[in-house]
Amino acid sequence: MPTLANYLIVSGLLFSIGLAGVLLRRNILIIFMGLELMLNAANLSLVAFSRFNLGQDGLPGYNAQVLVFFIITVAAAEVAVGLAIIVALYRMRQTTHVEDLDTLKF
Amino acid sequence: MSAIPWIILFTPLAAAAVILFLGRFSKLLSAGLAIGSAAVGCVLSWWLFAQPDPGETARFYWLDFGEALRIPIGVTVDHLSKVMLVVVTTIATLVFTYSVGYMKTEEGYWRYFAGLSLFLFSMLGIVLADNFVMMFIFWELVGVSSYILIGHYFKKESAADAAKQAFIVNRIGDFGFMLGILLLWAATGTLMFSELTGRVAEFASNPIYLTVACVLVFCGTVGKSAQMPLHVWLPNSMEGPTPVSSLLHAATMVAAGVYMLARIFPILHAVPVALDVIAWVGGITCFAAALMATQQDDIKRILAYSTISQLGYMVLGVASATSADVPMFHLFTHAFFKCLLFLCAGSVIVGMHHEQNIWKMGALKNKMPFTFLAMVVGSLALSGCPLFSGYYSKDLIIEFAVVKYPFLGWLSVATAGLTAFYTFRLIFVVFLGKPKDDHAKHAQESPLVMLVPLACLALPAWVAGYGFVEKFFFHVEEPANVPHLLHPVLLVLFAAGVLSAFLLYRGADKDPVSIPFFANRLYIDNVYGWIVKNIQDGGATVLSWADRWIVDLLVVQVPSKLAWACGFVLRFLQVGNIQAYVFFFGAGVVGLLYFLIMR
Repeated sequence: MPTLANYLIVSGLLFSIGLAGVLLRRNILIIFMGLELMLNAANLSLVAFSRFNLGQDGLPGYNAQVLVFFIITVAAAEVAVGLAIIVALYRMRQTTHVEDLDTLKF
Repeated sequence: MSAIPWIILFTPLAAAAVILFLGRFSKLLSAGLAIGSAAVGCVLSWWLFAQPDPGETARFYWLDFGEALRIPIGVTVDHLSKVMLVVVTTIATLVFTYSVGYMKTEEGYWRYFAGLSLFLFSMLGIVLADNFVMMFIFWELVGVSSYILIGHYFKKESAADAAKQAFIVNRIGDFGFMLGILLLWAATGTLMFSELTGRVAEFASNPIYLTVACVLVFCGTVGKSAQMPLHVWLPNSMEGPTPVSSLLHAATMVAAGVYMLARIFPILHAVPVALDVIAWVGGITCFAAALMATQQDDIKRILAYSTISQLGYMVLGVASATSADVPMFHLFTHAFFKCLLFLCAGSVIVGMHHEQNIWKMGALKNKMPFTFLAMVVGSLALSGCPLFSGYYSKDLIIEFAVVKYPFLGWLSVATAGLTAFYTFRLIFVVFLGKPKDDHAKHAQESPLVMLVPLACLALPAWVAGYGFVEKFFFHVEEPANVPHLLHPVLLVLFAAGVLSAFLLYRGADKDPVSIPFFANRLYIDNVYGWIVKNIQDGGATVLSWADRWIVDLLVVQVPSKLAWACGFVLRFLQVGNIQAYVFFFGAGVVGLLYFLIMR
């Protein structure tokens, strides 16, 4: 029987992998995937909290689960917008490599 | 009935506004509107004068801060303001009419008439004001309109300077006036003239405070009525067109100061020390201005100094008389004969093709007989010849002054002799003798539009002092214990003044006496010049240094450079790498969390 700590460790690992992807990878699509991974790590920890926070009637608290649905919905919209920007960027610059995108520089 | 004062007040303003917008298209319209508005005011004023006092009149509150401070705009219609209304509007109507002739060939015709109407409006506001704030507003408006009119020939540098000087010198006096109003208000909690008198009596336990307040209020008069030491602007204001000088000296500007003193007469008479100050200022002004007048060469400047001298009499009269009617009586007669004298001077100046130096005139008696006659009437009235108006009103003031302030009284007696001397010096040099210039040889009498106002003014200048006129407008009682010697001395001094002027200046080509001390106006202008040049410019230099190095450098430049430097350093964070930004952001979040949790 896994405990809350197991879930949170997995969630933390997923978040770290995502953050590492965002910070270290150079392809903007992979960075984007890293971002999604971080969101889902947060979702996982929310669901775990929900599962281990049983009420007096033995049912889990649903607030966290509803929040997860919201995050999934917003993430879907964000992906649509983000991918559209990346496509537009690629069309303009013919690259998805972040080191080539350094216009905002002193 | 209650609307009449408002109509009198606002008709000139409406005329000024219309002239301002439409006057440039038609000379006839400009002059017609200005004269019309003045004439309407004149007729209504005379009608109002015949009515009984209405008592309380309508007023509205311009600013209302509850019980603590209410600033009303309202009119006073009482004996004092009705007489003044009659004088102001009558003189204004005549001067406006005269201006048509005088300004015929001058530029800025509509600007001139708009200015005149505004001037009249401002003065009527002072006359009708029922509280100090309203009076102060119109007081400043008079300053502005005099600035416009004195600087009418603003392309001439001396005229522009004179206008500036008139405004600034008046502002100095007005600042004291404002402080005085505030002090009186702080002490009594009211600004209304009608309420102030009673409340000041309650406050009599603190005489020093009241004295300071009253002397500060008097500063307003010192500026506006050209008393020493703020008299310097008045002679210089002669740069304006002559009808403006006439209006300024007779009814609309310098009279305002005396009128204000008459308005607060009961308050002043509760404060004896302030009265002493007023008396001394008036007496000294009266004498010193007469001394300066004896050595001037400009026809208008002589008259200007005579005005200052006569205003000194009025101020002395305020301090020494038992009723405000005494100085007002002199203001009344002076308005007529001084207006007459200035209009005559204007007529002479037009006849002489704008030459103002009396030593280039001469023998104008035959060329301009009518102007000569009018000028003689005005001069006799000014110098206090028996049977002419000035004699009655001036003697009354002198009588009161001799009784209450013997030294100042006898000083003003001596001034009367000087007045006769310098007035007839003017007459002998300008109208008698032989012509000293080509212009004087070919001078011509002025047109009818200028002569009719002269005739209209000559009559009151003659008779305005007679008993029946005085009874009609004023209630004056002669003081008791007047020295028996006084009247013979005055007559002798008058005769001596005329005679010495006759002996000295009959047929003179240039001034036989030269007293630089008087000709240079007691060097007061020079002292002011020195003060402005050294003290004021020195202060300006210090302030300019402070502005450059403290305000500009320390307060403005240093912080701006500091902000720029911070920005410069922080710019190195902008590396252009998205992932670096993410890293900074993450590091910031971690740092913030650490700070909040582990603190």
